[in-house]
Amino acid sequence: MKFLRDFLDKQKPQFEKGGRFEKLHSTFDAFETFLFVPDKVTTTGAHFRDAIDLKRTMSVVIIAMLPALLFGIWNVGYQHFLSLGQSPGFWPVVFYGLLKVLPIVIVSYVAGLGAEFIFAQSRGHEVNEGYLVSGMLIPLVMPVDIPLWMVAVASIFAVVIGKETFGGTGMNVFNPALLARAFVFFAYPAKITGDTIWIGGLSKAEGVVDGFSGATPLSYAASGVMDKLPSMSDLFFGFVPGSIGETSKLAILIGAFVLIATGIGSWRIILSSILGGVSMSLIFNLFAANDYMKLDPMTQIMMGSFLFGTVFMATDPVTASQTNKGKWIYGFLIGFFAIMIRVFNPAYPEGTMLAILLMNAFAPLIDFYVVEANIKKRLKRASLGVKPLKQN
Amino acid sequence: MSEKLTKVEKEPMFSSKILKLLKNPFNLENPITVQVLGICSALAVTVQMKPAIVMALSVTIVTAFSNLIISSLRNTIPSRIRIIVQLVVVAALVIIVDQVLKAFVYDVSKKLSVFVGLIITNCILMGRLEAYAMGNKPWPSFVDGIGNGLGYGMILVIVAFFREVLGSGKILGMKIIPQFLYDSGYMDNGLMILPPMALITIGIIIWVQRSKTPELQEK
Repeated sequence: MKFLRDFLDKQKPQFEKGGRFEKLHSTFDAFETFLFVPDKVTTTGAHFRDAIDLKRTMSVVIIAMLPALLFGIWNVGYQHFLSLGQSPGFWPVVFYGLLKVLPIVIVSYVAGLGAEFIFAQSRGHEVNEGYLVSGMLIPLVMPVDIPLWMVAVASIFAVVIGKETFGGTGMNVFNPALLARAFVFFAYPAKITGDTIWIGGLSKAEGVVDGFSGATPLSYAASGVMDKLPSMSDLFFGFVPGSIGETSKLAILIGAFVLIATGIGSWRIILSSILGGVSMSLIFNLFAANDYMKLDPMTQIMMGSFLFGTVFMATDPVTASQTNKGKWIYGFLIGFFAIMIRVFNPAYPEGTMLAILLMNAFAPLIDFYVVEANIKKRLKRASLGVKPLKQN
Repeated sequence: MSEKLTKVEKEPMFSSKILKLLKNPFNLENPITVQVLGICSALAVTVQMKPAIVMALSVTIVTAFSNLIISSLRNTIPSRIRIIVQLVVVAALVIIVDQVLKAFVYDVSKKLSVFVGLIITNCILMGRLEAYAMGNKPWPSFVDGIGNGLGYGMILVIVAFFREVLGSGKILGMKIIPQFLYDSGYMDNGLMILPPMALITIGIIIWVQRSKTPELQEK
């Protein structure tokens, strides 16, 4: 460590003003603060000081996502060999999964961070840390068989249009990772909908076991084949096809625990959106017009990316509501709309992505009215004592 | 003596002032990217190049001639009913353009559908009539109309170019992206066909334009 520190200190003057690589200052700064906690502290004006800076916050989120990623890697291999009717043991399964997932992760980071660095350099500000999380979220919400160039295009779109046009990290209106997915969803629908893309190598259909379709629980539910839905324990542990990181609810709950325990993810949003999902499914149960509406709330919550979106996407502190009351409304409506879109619209088998993006757009409005209501309430309380005299 | 006076008053047909009228709408006073007028038709007719070009020409012709006519009438129009007089002139011109399109380029006219008729309500037209033609002589008004029509058309064609190339791999209906790219996995971007992407494309054009021209940057 000492050696690294010395090396950095030696190089530093070259990147300072007047140095040889003055233009690359933000790049150097990004690597330095990535390796060592910077000693810069706020000296004036701040009311709260926290030991944890943005980079450390993002690292915690990454740690929270690791279980989902690791399980995703294993599940990719597992589903692949299941479709071939083989069970080759633990290591070949993981190896196949790594082979499929790692390139997606690398491409997402290289493309997205590349765009970030170029922007930071040309605008002369520091490289923003936000993409550390987005770059990991993007692979987790993609299907396994997504072509790599689409991942690259989507990541660049998310960074440039989703973040930089709004002013960079902390200014974006929409969650960049979801924006990347929405981009692929609308631009290349053939690669992100349908039954054959959720399992590695299935689209080539070589040596696939008879009767194996690769359909996700959601597509079974959408087409009304309820008896083919996987068992509750399969849904919970995640032995089902789906986007890379979304399948295992256990891994997601571990992540949720880390986020809540460290205070980075808001438990209000997670809880209220589950409540929203449950109440929408209960309303559907009341009507029970078709088989999908009859599904019990537990299955609805466990299927698809509902939990993943709730835990990792909806809680994004930048795009969510800021007020506590607002968080309850925001989360509740995400759950509510996610289940509604899922059941009503067969073109969108999963509604979580669209529900979160929609509520991202509404979050500032919710905050506005919560703050307004509070101001009104306090004004009322303040003016109680000085009631205007009645005029006779 | 009198000869001298008329000489001073008469401007050459293409003085620098007139040329400026023609040039400004392309950058500093662009109807779409700076004045943000006529956005809806820019979103609707820019999926392909051909309709965009036809639309650009139609708008240019209508703007130029309505400017010319209204400018010649400007001293006789009572100011209370000027809007309705302007509308009558514009509507008449639009109907002529619409009929010509139907007669000679029927397929394009079908694609443009109501948007030719909607030129009547295009904000650029009324904007130019009110802001320029009502207070200036016919010839500068005519040039101003052409300039604004072409400035509008330029953005339309740029947007249509990107949408057609990325959305369907064609330019003016001809395949431009080679087949081997498709074979190796390239796909057309379906999002470019949808209207939101037209808005984003215009947004990017505005972004590029503003960062290139310091006059447009708000401090």
